[in-house]
Amino acid sequence: MSKEIEMVTITKIVKENDSHKTFYFNKKIEMNAGQFIMAWLPEVDEKPFSPSALGKQLGITVQKRGDFTSKMFELKKGDQIGIRGPFGHGFETKGIKKAIIIGGGCGTGPLRALTQQLQKNKTKIDFIIGARKKEFLLFENELKKTTNLYITTDDGSKGEKKYPHILLQELLEKKDYDMVYCCGPEIMMKMVLGVCLTKKVKCQLSLERHMKCAMGLCAQCMVGKHRVCVEGPVFDSEKLKKLKEFGRVSYDEAGKKEIFGK
Amino acid sequence: MLKTDFLGLKLKNPTVLASGIMGMNENSLQRCVDAGAGMVTTKSIGPEYRTGHKNPSVIELEHGFLNAVGLPTPGYKETNEEWKELKKFSVPVIASIYGGTINEFVKVAEFITEKKPAIIELNISCPNSDKHGMLFGTEPKIAGEVVAEVKKVTKKIPIMPKLTPNTHLLKQVAKECEAQGANAISAINTVAGMKINIEARKPILSFKKGGYSGPAIKPIAVKAIYDLYEELEIPILGMGGVTTGKDAIELIQAGATTIGIGTGVYYREVEIFEKVCNEIKQWMKQNKVKKISELIGVAHE
Repeated sequence: MSKEIEMVTITKIVKENDSHKTFYFNKKIEMNAGQFIMAWLPEVDEKPFSPSALGKQLGITVQKRGDFTSKMFELKKGDQIGIRGPFGHGFETKGIKKAIIIGGGCGTGPLRALTQQLQKNKTKIDFIIGARKKEFLLFENELKKTTNLYITTDDGSKGEKKYPHILLQELLEKKDYDMVYCCGPEIMMKMVLGVCLTKKVKCQLSLERHMKCAMGLCAQCMVGKHRVCVEGPVFDSEKLKKLKEFGRVSYDEAGKKEIFGK
Repeated sequence: MLKTDFLGLKLKNPTVLASGIMGMNENSLQRCVDAGAGMVTTKSIGPEYRTGHKNPSVIELEHGFLNAVGLPTPGYKETNEEWKELKKFSVPVIASIYGGTINEFVKVAEFITEKKPAIIELNISCPNSDKHGMLFGTEPKIAGEVVAEVKKVTKKIPIMPKLTPNTHLLKQVAKECEAQGANAISAINTVAGMKINIEARKPILSFKKGGYSGPAIKPIAVKAIYDLYEELEIPILGMGGVTTGKDAIELIQAGATTIGIGTGVYYREVEIFEKVCNEIKQWMKQNKVKKISELIGVAHE
């Protein structure tokens, strides 16, 4: 199947909080939660997004951070953007009866789509949203209704004042889960992986790297011998525990090695 | 059966990972080695830090890929971290380099010589940069000068310019490179092309124009290799649109000794090297060919 860019129209824009908006399009794509699409603004740039909504109207949740996302924030209902995809491997959800999902910052976006996918299988879901402070929490009201929701903030402005992996550790003392799902800053995910390995619970994490081609050719997004755009972005604990580059090494736009963790 | 000789290097098979694909770092090269490539090429290493073009930089079209990645490179001085020594891989490594001036080519070549690559490929044919590349490969005299100057600093390491099909002077460029001491020729680089999204009414690539690769360019590659084989004494690393064993055999019959694979990695995954080798072997058995080298240039006889 050829993955040429298709122009789609914005049907709805929802302001989630001060720094996040969700854009919905007149387009449905058959894909799994955790896979990603490339979103193109002509003459600006093209960036990868893992959708936060996969129903009749595809939706992506965008955090305002740089040129591309600032331009996205200027768009209105009726405007067009280009999309192509889906790319990569998403979350495995088959046969999962009890899951816990941990979202850090804008990582909660694709996990909202995951929640919807898991609910079709009637999976029981506990959800931890973690954020630096309450202004950065995403999808709180919706997830309160659809999951058993916990909230942590680094500054204690809402929910429990602790890091999400600490709460995960406490929950694993008293509850059993078939799978831990997580998307958020890599440092946080590394802590989550650590907890899961100690407690012998399987987990799936969604990784982020600089991406150019999105199709496995340029090797910009390598983590160890894996390409995040093809073998990922979702990896399971079996793969991650062997990857010494996880939580440590990435490559910048020029292909320069960056060491960001221990 | 597939063992072949290229510039004195004993290769287990004629497949080569082409420059620009999966050559970003040691891990990505190693994956192609594991997948059975007979030789692998690094992504082009340039004189200074450069991020390349914004996305979209690689897009899939109906019969191939269009790219304008724009030669991203950490710069040769920064590559120490990634490329400690190129000799440590179990197959020979080709170091691809580029520069914006002859002097820059020389500087990068001097540096990379210390990393002990098996061959140094001179990217004098990238269509995707204003300053770097294609001009060097379209003017016979300038192409020859790049070869002659680089040759002075690379000691015994063979030099292999990579040529562009986007010129009517391909044969003259190749001839001049050979005259100036090139040890082999690599051809072809991508074919200049463009794609406009008619709804957006804009070119899709951020650089607007790009290089076309994949199945659609194979006939262009076959013709270029056929022409070069008639002109040259030195061996040819042929590439352009190879996705199957039969494609590889076609380029070999046109005159290539070894075969580059790039875009095919998308169509048939990294394992394409092993798949192509198996298909070549099967064809050779059916056609009672004992050594792959017997097929080089047979279409000329």
